[in-house]
Amino acid sequence: MLSNLGRSPVMGAFRMRCFLNLFVPLMVLASCVEALAQSPAYNLGRTPSEEEIRAMDITISPNGKGLPPGSGTAKEGANIYAKRCAYCHGPTGAEGPTLPGAANLWPYSSSRGRVPPSLRGVKGDTLQGIWQSPVATTIWDYNNRAMPPQGERSLSADEVYSLTALLLYWNGIIQESDVIDAKSLPKIRMPIRKK
Amino acid sequence: MRSKQSGRRRFLKEGAALAGLALGAIRPASGQEPGSEQPGVSSGGFRAYGERSRFVTSVRTLDPSGQLSPLQDSLGIITPSGLHNVQSRGYDPPDIDPRQHRLLIHGLVDRPLTFTLAELKRLPSVSRIHFIECSGNTGRTALEEKAATIQQTHGKTSCSEWTGVLLSLLLREVGVQKGASWLVAEGAEKGNRTESIPLEKAMDDVLMAYGQNGEPLRPEQGYPLRLVVAGWNGGINVKWLRRITLVDQPAMSKQEVGTLVPDGKGGWRFDSAMAQKVHYAEMPPKSVITFPSGGQKLPSRGFYEITGLAWSGWGAIRTVEVSTDGGRTWKDAPLQEPVHRKAHTRFRFAWNWNGEEALLQSRCTDERGNVQPTLAELSKAMGVNSDYWQSDYWKSTATSERYGLNAVQPWKVARDGGVQNAMFS
Repeated sequence: MLSNLGRSPVMGAFRMRCFLNLFVPLMVLASCVEALAQSPAYNLGRTPSEEEIRAMDITISPNGKGLPPGSGTAKEGANIYAKRCAYCHGPTGAEGPTLPGAANLWPYSSSRGRVPPSLRGVKGDTLQGIWQSPVATTIWDYNNRAMPPQGERSLSADEVYSLTALLLYWNGIIQESDVIDAKSLPKIRMPIRKK
Repeated sequence: MRSKQSGRRRFLKEGAALAGLALGAIRPASGQEPGSEQPGVSSGGFRAYGERSRFVTSVRTLDPSGQLSPLQDSLGIITPSGLHNVQSRGYDPPDIDPRQHRLLIHGLVDRPLTFTLAELKRLPSVSRIHFIECSGNTGRTALEEKAATIQQTHGKTSCSEWTGVLLSLLLREVGVQKGASWLVAEGAEKGNRTESIPLEKAMDDVLMAYGQNGEPLRPEQGYPLRLVVAGWNGGINVKWLRRITLVDQPAMSKQEVGTLVPDGKGGWRFDSAMAQKVHYAEMPPKSVITFPSGGQKLPSRGFYEITGLAWSGWGAIRTVEVSTDGGRTWKDAPLQEPVHRKAHTRFRFAWNWNGEEALLQSRCTDERGNVQPTLAELSKAMGVNSDYWQSDYWKSTATSERYGLNAVQPWKVARDGGVQNAMFS
């Protein structure tokens, strides 16, 4: 009797439906798995070399990931600052351009116009609010990617660490002799986080 | 017969113009306008790239943040590309040769890939109409300085038809790895602006656009490639896009200061706009009457069509109401169909001006049911009194409180027909 059930056309249709009921969700599941596996559908684009990626990849993380080897102090930063930065920002970071025409080299405008910002003072619009960042990696990143505007990416890692240390020292966040590197930078407690 | 003749005449004229062109091509040193010597042929008949009538003079204006769009002259919902607002903090648009431009996608992906623009254009594309609004629009400069015109109060928003590839498609091509929760997008301009976008948004409706209003992007709008992050703060819509990296933490770049904050669990989140207690990056529902608006003048009493724009980063605009009596009564204003999500929406409202002083304002409601607040309602929600908008704190402090403000904009029509900003009156 049971064996006949399978052969009855009615039950055959029933079993087919059961099969479909099972199969359709399985197919959907399979396509989901495929979507998750994310195999390329169009095979366009080229695989870049490791060197190409390294040359382009300047992203760093607030947790320090991506920071290169190297280190610097505010003292070392002062020497580099005098050579590379002072003509736009002024001898102590507050005066603004000293070199005639230096302001014209400044490519960015702020709410105060097209002028290099003061590097002193952690309040208000200074550095367009960069001191409002909860992490010091923001300052390292900007020095590295955007400064000086007429020679971006021309600073070595040590120089970027040193200049970052100088800015943090000038604004009372670290000591002059503190060594800033990939380990110490992300741990710096920025003023806004003390609130 | 007559139309046939005029058609033939036109053919002759055009033929003459073409002949003139050919002549010009043969004798480039002649310095003559093509066809200028042909009798009966207008010298301005052929324009290789069309220009506006010399009687149309609407232009962008400058403010400290960039270039403001002349919304007072806007018609329909599309902003002409040449009038799109530009808030690039003074960055000059880089002069990018599209043949040399590359987009690199890497980081936490299975297959890092580099695309040429030609390769990106081979991928399945979409066109979508979206506004791009600076988060500071109708913010500090509009409220603090009691700006006179809509260009000054609301000029940091524009709306275009954007064409490009969905970012989700490209992310599937590279294969996003487990552990990736953000992506960092980087531009090719000086300073390489960097913005972080949660992966969830990137997989939803972010567009990698190369087209704007039927042609390639304008240089100021990111030529040859930009992100259109539908409904989100304009600054996140990275222009001159050259790199995307998949990461487990946002970059916390200079541009993100004040918008991204630690979430207390070792990660990061967007700060809430204080007024709305919502995700800061999404622009809240906003509407404004573009005509009549501040600085314009009604010549006489009688019929006028009040018209304006409404938009929301949270979705589609559902209703716009207009009041002509200082907010005592509100009536629905018909919306121009089709209404696009996260796009400018045109509303119109028939009005007979009786010559008496009138206070005109609009308020919108979006698909989530959120209603645009008045400045008084906004202040109440923020827990501040009306003096707040003139305080030194508001004027000088770089906080997220100045972003995402969306107060109802009142315009006062005086008896002489002059229209003034009545935000604080």
